[in-house]
Amino acid sequence: MIIAVASGKGGTGKTTVAVNLALSIDAVLLDCDVEEPNCNIFLKKDLKDIEDVTLDVPVINFKKCNFCGKCSEFCEYNALAVTKENVLVFKELCHGCGGCKLVCPEDAITYEKRKIGEVAGDGSFYQGKLNIGEAMATPVVSAVKKKIDRRKDTVIDAPPGASCPVIESVSKSDYCILVTEPTPFGLSDLRIAVEVLEKLGIPYGIVINRDGIGNEKVEEYCKENNIPILMKIPYERKIAELYSRGVPFTLEMPEWKERFRKLYEAIR
Amino acid sequence: MRQLTVISGKGGTGKTTLTGAFAALAEGAVIADCDVDAPDLHLILHPEIKEEKKFSGMKLASINHEKCINCRKCYENCKFDAITDDLRVNELKCEGCGVCVYVCPVNAVEFKERDSGILYISETRFGPMVHARLNIGEETSGKLVSLVRSTAREIAEKRKKDLIIIDGSPGIGCPVIASLTDSDLALIVTEPTLSGLHDLKRVYDVSKHFGIKTMVCINKYDINRENSEKIEKFCMENGIEIAGEIPYDPDFTKAMIEEKTIIEYNDNPLVREIWEKIKEVMQSLS
Ligand code: SF4
Ligand code: SF4
Repeated sequence: MIIAVASGKGGTGKTTVAVNLALSIDAVLLDCDVEEPNCNIFLKKDLKDIEDVTLDVPVINFKKCNFCGKCSEFCEYNALAVTKENVLVFKELCHGCGGCKLVCPEDAITYEKRKIGEVAGDGSFYQGKLNIGEAMATPVVSAVKKKIDRRKDTVIDAPPGASCPVIESVSKSDYCILVTEPTPFGLSDLRIAVEVLEKLGIPYGIVINRDGIGNEKVEEYCKENNIPILMKIPYERKIAELYSRGVPFTLEMPEWKERFRKLYEAIR
Repeated sequence: MRQLTVISGKGGTGKTTLTGAFAALAEGAVIADCDVDAPDLHLILHPEIKEEKKFSGMKLASINHEKCINCRKCYENCKFDAITDDLRVNELKCEGCGVCVYVCPVNAVEFKERDSGILYISETRFGPMVHARLNIGEETSGKLVSLVRSTAREIAEKRKKDLIIIDGSPGIGCPVIASLTDSDLALIVTEPTLSGLHDLKRVYDVSKHFGIKTMVCINKYDINRENSEKIEKFCMENGIEIAGEIPYDPDFTKAMIEEKTIIEYNDNPLVREIWEKIKEVMQSLS
């Protein structure tokens, strides 16, 4: 079973839930939050198996190029600019669609691989990491997801929000756990996350983290919309403190391991 | 004109709460919510929407099956696996590159503007506000963030405001880069957890990469003093000024539940102090 853990916004406890669930049910964990990969802060693994994630960016052969400008006209991302005697390639803007090579009448374009991030792992855990200054997170997410082995239970820590990398992370999951907190911000962000899952048609349920710090509005919302509340994690100093030190709380509070297993049984 | 961008790397550190408080303290700044993916600032500022503009980022392909001759050239050439086996375009995957349009021998692929989100120009009790909502699954958040920023600038110029306060996007990718471009000062709001520290370093690398003066605020500094010290040390080593440290205080959540800024709720002196410091630093920037 593939379970994605997502939230409308970061900082709700998404990583905590993903890590503790994976540890409790012995699942493979994939950290797809490639802008801020935080799972390994809790797992503290030495990840030796590292692969680069690359995109194809155009290289211009100036012996062939006649500066016709067709490539820059074609590029929807403004990654190419052609002047009278030069072609500028703005690598960070290139999505790697391959269109410029197709339209070049002089066959002056080839591609080279440009590293935008990496995937590291050890068989039971993989994380993607986007390089600083890079804009395109989705290809790194796709690279992490290539590690999915359908025969094994897998937990995915998705990035926060509702944009393209989130969709890439949760798509094709069997179930999605949405983590939120009982505050106005939490509710507003939860609504966005629910919209994503409705659009993708993936079944989902809610985990309320820091239960007790706010109001009842999240629960009321779930009831009104028939969304199951799978678990509530209270705001407890001990849990917050273990989190701050990077310790998965199920390791020190084994009763929670049992609860995560029950959660898994309930959504299977 | 000065531009202050509040960012955090990871979410949930109190970035929006502080931005709201600064809006209350600044008296007449233009406020811009660049967290277009999951905006929250409107929940405490209650903007009254004056103007709405449709935003279209990338284009979207669609196949006209009356013309299509099933040659599968589009399918073979799409680098984003956006064309399904039965030759339909998956809207969530299409990046609007136009390759399919180009390779189709019978012009069966239509290429249209896509409805990517909405930009709002509003009024709040603290001044004008520009905000936006990105549609689900869009990839162009960077573009929408840039539009929010440029609109805020136009308003500031027109209404002779000398400050723009920006609630930045989370993460280190495209939207945060777009939120930071042209800022005079970046304030990173962090918390003393290992993830907070880790993300602080990553997002600081981004602001450094773009040469923007950066300050740090440690929120809930007392939940782990050891980590707070680590953050202080990191700041010292990198010459980053600490704007202030705020203890864990349930009043911040209470203010949020009442949909007020913390300044309106209890006139928090610590937040006032932080604001004074930021103002000083901004004035000293040439
Ligand atoms: S426009 Fe580009 S991404 Fe979209 S379907 Fe066509 S080839 Fe694929
Ligand atoms: S390239 Fe054109 S004709 Fe060929 S399968 Fe695609 S839409 Fe149909």
